[in-house]
Amino acid sequence: MVLVLAIGDLHIPHRAPDLPAKFKSMLVPGKIQHIICTGNLCIKEVHDYLKSLCPSLHVTRGEYDEDSRYPETKTITIGQFKLGLCHGHQVVPWGDLDSLAMLQRQLDVDILVSGHTHQFKAYKHEAGVVINPGSATGAYSSVTYDVNPSFVLMDIDGLRVVVYVYELIDGEVKVDKIDFKKTSTATI
Amino acid sequence: MISDGVEDEEKWLTAGIAGLQQNAFYMHRALDSNNIKDALKYSAQMLSELRTSRLSPHKYYELYMRAFDELRKLEIFFKEESRRSCSIIELYELVQHAGNILPRLYLLCTVGSVYIKSKEAPAKDILKDLVEMCRGIQHPLRGLFLRSYLSQVSRDKLPDIGSEYEGDENTVMDAVEFVLQNFTEMNKLWVRMQHQNKGPKKRTDLNHFGIGQFWHAIGLSGLLGPAREKEKREKERNELRDLVGKNLHVLSQIEGIDLELYRDVVLPRILEQVVNCKDDLAQYYLMDCVIQVFPDEYHLQTLETLLGACPQLQPSVDIRTVLSGLMERLSNYAASSVEVLPEFVQVEAFAKLNNAIGQVIEAQPDMPVFGAVTLYSSLLTFTLHVHPDRLDYVDQILGACVSKLSGKGTLEGKATKQIVAFLSAPLEKYSDIDIALKLSNYPLVLEYLDDRTNKVMSNVIIQSIMKNKTHISTADKVGALFELIKGLIKDLDSGGDDEMDEDDFKEEQNFVARLVQMLYNDDPEEMLKIICTVKKHIMTGGPKRLPFTIPPLIYNALKLVRRVQSQDENASEETTASATPKKIFQILNQTIEVLSTVPVPDLALRLYLECAEAANDCDLEPVAYEFFTQAYILYEEEISDSKAQVTALYLIIGTLQRMHTFGVENRDTLTHKATGYSAKLLKKPDQCRAVYACSHLFWVEDQDGIKDGERVLLCLKRALRIANAAQQMANVTKGSSGSVTLFIEILNKYLYFFEKGNTQITVASIQGLIELVTTEMQSDTATSDPAADAFFSSTIRYIQSQKAKGGSTAEKFEPIKV
Repeated sequence: MVLVLAIGDLHIPHRAPDLPAKFKSMLVPGKIQHIICTGNLCIKEVHDYLKSLCPSLHVTRGEYDEDSRYPETKTITIGQFKLGLCHGHQVVPWGDLDSLAMLQRQLDVDILVSGHTHQFKAYKHEAGVVINPGSATGAYSSVTYDVNPSFVLMDIDGLRVVVYVYELIDGEVKVDKIDFKKTSTATI
Repeated sequence: MISDGVEDEEKWLTAGIAGLQQNAFYMHRALDSNNIKDALKYSAQMLSELRTSRLSPHKYYELYMRAFDELRKLEIFFKEESRRSCSIIELYELVQHAGNILPRLYLLCTVGSVYIKSKEAPAKDILKDLVEMCRGIQHPLRGLFLRSYLSQVSRDKLPDIGSEYEGDENTVMDAVEFVLQNFTEMNKLWVRMQHQNKGPKKRTDLNHFGIGQFWHAIGLSGLLGPAREKEKREKERNELRDLVGKNLHVLSQIEGIDLELYRDVVLPRILEQVVNCKDDLAQYYLMDCVIQVFPDEYHLQTLETLLGACPQLQPSVDIRTVLSGLMERLSNYAASSVEVLPEFVQVEAFAKLNNAIGQVIEAQPDMPVFGAVTLYSSLLTFTLHVHPDRLDYVDQILGACVSKLSGKGTLEGKATKQIVAFLSAPLEKYSDIDIALKLSNYPLVLEYLDDRTNKVMSNVIIQSIMKNKTHISTADKVGALFELIKGLIKDLDSGGDDEMDEDDFKEEQNFVARLVQMLYNDDPEEMLKIICTVKKHIMTGGPKRLPFTIPPLIYNALKLVRRVQSQDENASEETTASATPKKIFQILNQTIEVLSTVPVPDLALRLYLECAEAANDCDLEPVAYEFFTQAYILYEEEISDSKAQVTALYLIIGTLQRMHTFGVENRDTLTHKATGYSAKLLKKPDQCRAVYACSHLFWVEDQDGIKDGERVLLCLKRALRIANAAQQMANVTKGSSGSVTLFIEILNKYLYFFEKGNTQITVASIQGLIELVTTEMQSDTATSDPAADAFFSSTIRYIQSQKAKGGSTAEKFEPIKV
């Protein structure tokens, strides 16, 4: 059982002062094995904070990130799954699932995690899963109105991944979960 | 020679104890045989050991304790009438025949104690007698211990209320008089120690050395010098202070002393002695003693008297600590129960304390600044505990501090730490920054801090806001707040810009940015005012600060636009409100323009595009077009780094793709430019990708979105040409064909539009691409590229899965052979 936190688009300090208190109290060090971050943190303090939660931190570059050394895309293998990571402002049209599917094919991954639209999405298609963890701070987005703070926790166990999405709606944390199973022939 | 002195003292102490014990032995023998006369003789001899001047207080105490023990036993003997074979009055006379005065008085006190207990005479008479007779000993050390003995033996025999010694003739007043007199005399002796001539001791010292060393000794003792002597005496005095303080403790235990008696008799007499003795050691200790020993309710009711003594004390007395101690006690008293709070108001505690502090500060014009601040700090803590709702009091204290600080220039060192603590106290107490902002004198105090401390305070203020998650909700408050933290907002006038570490500077400015997020009001008008106020302040920040402070302001404004936008849709007529999207966009435009002074074109371009999208949502075509124009100008003129260009271009294309407010002409101009930029990127692969990205500009999935199949195909074909050119270049420059990835990407784009129903994409064109890729991958000059292989395989799998879907999709994909 491997816990992977997918989080991104925090936009601290330009669009949000900090993570919501309720999220902060949930995210404690030592519980999570990997963090994959879609980008737009934007400052070093946020990077350091995420690093303190878990040393295995993967970040791709968002267009506002202070650190320009983050890569445009990244692939990671966790257990039986191959994960792909990309901020998403490079994939036009923004948020278009078919275009994202193309990127998924290009990176040859089972799960593609991308952001930019600040809207949570978990979409399953024949070749895999596309996940958008939304914005962890509920930051303003030109693409989405009424952004609720959200992040995603994936529990990878063998050929199965359970995706938990945590959303802060009207001050309360609501959790939802989605199940995905991978058939051993490298497709979901 | 000095160490010899200590050794000598040990010797003398041992000798003294030996003498004492020997005489005690004989005394007991005499007592056993009921021989009063002999017993008294030996007891007097025993007590003679206490006549020594050779011992330091510490050692004298040891000797004294042994004598004390023996006297206890003697007392027990005296109590038993049958054994002493004479009346107590006779005994009282008998002991006065002792040769030397010191033993005489010790014995008298001992007998006196028994006398009182026998009740054959009124307690007050005996006590008065004793306390007067002790005047016979004027030597400070000996006198202090003697009177301490008197105090000890008389403790339980005072005519207090409810005690057995109370009577018509004996009242509480008598007890009080007795203790006060003893206290007064002891204090005088104690003070005299400071100025005591140590002459006799020196003579004895000199006798120990031969004549030959006489001059040597004189020379060296001269070296001891006045300062060293003073230090030594102060140390000795401190060892003895509890003897004096004990009297006050005894007073506090007398139950018969009620508030009236305390206020009218006890306290004034104590203070009289304290002030008149003009000794700083005594004054400091005794003031503290009074404060600690007597109950807080009494202090409250006698505040004026107590405080009245303070300015009369010696200037060298650390009155600050005394007053702080008092205020701390009173703060704790207030915190202990809510019921006592009205008392504070009734006695006007605050006013009195405030005045007292003012007087002390006036009386000591040389008091260092941090001293004054400490005093005000204690008063502030007191006020925050006792009268937290009286902001005017808090403001008064701040004001008094300002007057003290004025004319002293900027502070340094200890004082700054004190001031920071002083200013942080209200912030901690009042978690709502609003309240602190109401203190008119608060910013004035900040004026006196140096730049660095100013910044420290500003950070403290922001941290307080962030911690309490307070939202600052009016433009006035925002203005006041930004005035307070101006150390962070702009370079302060006092030149000398100490080089700030870059990381620290970034952290500091990011902090300010986060603060901007905390400013909020539901009312759009007020929110707009807030935004304008913030803008005014951050504009003074200079080019170093603008890239940090402008973006959060922009986003606050964009959030406001969204709020107002939905209101706009409801309101049909033109309202007179000024918070309209148009107005806000004007402000946005002006603000982003300022970034050109830094310059930060990448950031500015992003902000222009964000605004363009917001304008698009408000259907303000000209505004959106203007923002795009600005973004394009920046792209053409300022962004020359190739990597930056690629990112910027994707943002432009992505944003443009979402625009629905543009008419055909405007849209055409902008897309034409965008595709032009794409084709002119430096690296061929970048060109290729940007161009096929542009294909999406001609196909929007919304119901009235543009769906121009031809132009899509044109883009894709152009991309294909670029990809071919790239391949040929690779053949020529590297000797092998480059990666087929570009072709596979283009293939995927073909499939995308094919699926969406673009009739211009034919099965044949797709088939052709598939064959092209396959050929390229199998060619001799092909470089092995597992990523490309995987990509191609997954693409093929995609086509197959589409075929397997059934329905119209399957039909569409059927003809494609893989």
